[in-house]
Amino acid sequence: MSTQSSGLRLFWAEFRDNKVALFALVVVILMIFLALFASLISPQNPYDLANLSLMDSRRPPGFVGSGGYTHVLGTDPQGRDLLSAIFYGLRISIQIGLAAGFVSLTIGTALGIAAAYLGGRVEALIMRLVDLQLSFPAILLALVIVALLGQGKVQLIGALVAAQYAYFARTAYGAAKAERGKDYIEAALATPLSGRLVVWRHLLPNCAPPLIVVATVQIANSISLEATLSFLGLGLPVTEPSLGMLISNGFPYMMSGRYWISVYPGVALIILIVAINIVGDQVRDQFNPRLRK
Amino acid sequence: MLGFVIQRFLQALAVMTVMSIIVFCGVYAIGNPIDIVLPPEATQDIREEVIRRLGLDRPLFEQYFIFMKNLLQGDLGRSFVYNIPVLELIGGRLPATLELVLISVFSATALGVTLGIYAGYRPDSWISKTIMAVSVLGFSVPSFWVGLILILFFAVNLGWLPAGGRGDTVEIWGVAWSFPTLNGLSHIVLPAINLALFKLAMMIRLARAGTREIMLTDTIKFARAAGLSEGTIIRRHLLKLISIPIITVFGLELGSTLAFAVVTETIFSWPGVGKLIIDSIGVLDRPVMVAYLILVAFLFVTINFIIDLVFALIDPRVRQESAA
Repeated sequence: MSTQSSGLRLFWAEFRDNKVALFALVVVILMIFLALFASLISPQNPYDLANLSLMDSRRPPGFVGSGGYTHVLGTDPQGRDLLSAIFYGLRISIQIGLAAGFVSLTIGTALGIAAAYLGGRVEALIMRLVDLQLSFPAILLALVIVALLGQGKVQLIGALVAAQYAYFARTAYGAAKAERGKDYIEAALATPLSGRLVVWRHLLPNCAPPLIVVATVQIANSISLEATLSFLGLGLPVTEPSLGMLISNGFPYMMSGRYWISVYPGVALIILIVAINIVGDQVRDQFNPRLRK
Repeated sequence: MLGFVIQRFLQALAVMTVMSIIVFCGVYAIGNPIDIVLPPEATQDIREEVIRRLGLDRPLFEQYFIFMKNLLQGDLGRSFVYNIPVLELIGGRLPATLELVLISVFSATALGVTLGIYAGYRPDSWISKTIMAVSVLGFSVPSFWVGLILILFFAVNLGWLPAGGRGDTVEIWGVAWSFPTLNGLSHIVLPAINLALFKLAMMIRLARAGTREIMLTDTIKFARAAGLSEGTIIRRHLLKLISIPIITVFGLELGSTLAFAVVTETIFSWPGVGKLIIDSIGVLDRPVMVAYLILVAFLFVTINFIIDLVFALIDPRVRQESAA
């Protein structure tokens, strides 16, 4: 236990050295914080229709609405305060990203490790399927599945998982295949320990680092993919807009110069995605022994 | 080698069959297209007549077999909405998409490789660092957002370029193209930049990584020792050596760019295949959805098949592995 925590401490010390990555991490945490406490810090509850007035719709940033307070970032076509809508949208985007990321991680890892551990026919079948899927663009796959399943949170997460589990399966398979051939796994299998225990206790933990890296990148990708699908009108229903939906709602008004409805939610989205990617890059570099001095 | 080709071919065929079943069942499981085809005040008699004429009263597997039979004869059905053969509909939209995709991919490759070689050749200069920073953005910023900003900037604020549509077209051999006219060309610029950005970022990274690796090899050292100028070394040796991975990725990306065009075409109302499929999903035009998905699956299965073959030709280990 103590070696593990000192390992973590070393990891953190190295991470802290990269100021850009540290700043990105702070941004990610801040965004999660905003999403978690959206209902407490938002000036307005954007889902409460009683709170909204059409008189206030599409107003520019700084407009003082009929509610008496200032809309710092303006309002959207439904008269929602854009800042509040962004906080709530962040919540939905992060929720979907995390849910899709973790379900894909679980399914993909299980498949990849099963393929590497069992070998033979199972390996051939699973990996052929995964490779086939990886050759299709994720956006197209997600688009098709959403079109087939219809709209809704669960359907959307299902589509994102179906589009992304293959990346985890590939990564887990590669790592597990390499570990499987090492002596310590052979030694563990030679003892009376059950195969399942060896997989859980020895194989899985040693495959974790590359999976963590893929997970951070894929969470960012899920968020981006969800936003894209919502923008195309295939994501979530309009009543609970994610960031992509907010951008999509504002798009028709952009031609007439009402840029803020699309631009500010987009800025929030970009900051979130870029920050997660920077953190992921740094973690990857730290796990990569080739880049170690 | 022949055994390998046959094996891969059968595999591709099996994948296509499975895909067609999934797509067919999936697409036919959603919604009721009758509501879209008919006005709400249509009588029951008309309703039943239309259902019969579209073949929607038969069991699903029968519909599938009819569909497959027609498919093998090159008939993908008629669009519910436009009431013309789907193949004609998609074929009519294809030139617009191809035009956009080819212009984007070619310009992204040309520019990306140039910038990537520079960034790999002088990794420490500030220009290289700027190039790499831009490529990171190209990777992580969702492309629909870039499209919006392009419209906001160049179409709304500056008013330099049109925000959507295809502009004037010229007919060449009965097919309309935008690129030969100045007006059409101005319509292509923004969507092409939008579509190209991701590819550009990727080409920069590929070319840079290749350049950095190859500049350290003996080939380059000997070329320098032989007194060749740096320009000659880059043109004659470096470019040749990095071109192999770039050509591979280029081929792969051509297919995925067709898929990405869905987003770009929607933003810029570019009347291509991507816009058609999004519109068809919106109105549940089943024959168009099925046909598009099957054509795309076919495209990707074909690309993979060709890549497998090429790799097998280059690398004998691949052949042996699959024979075992």
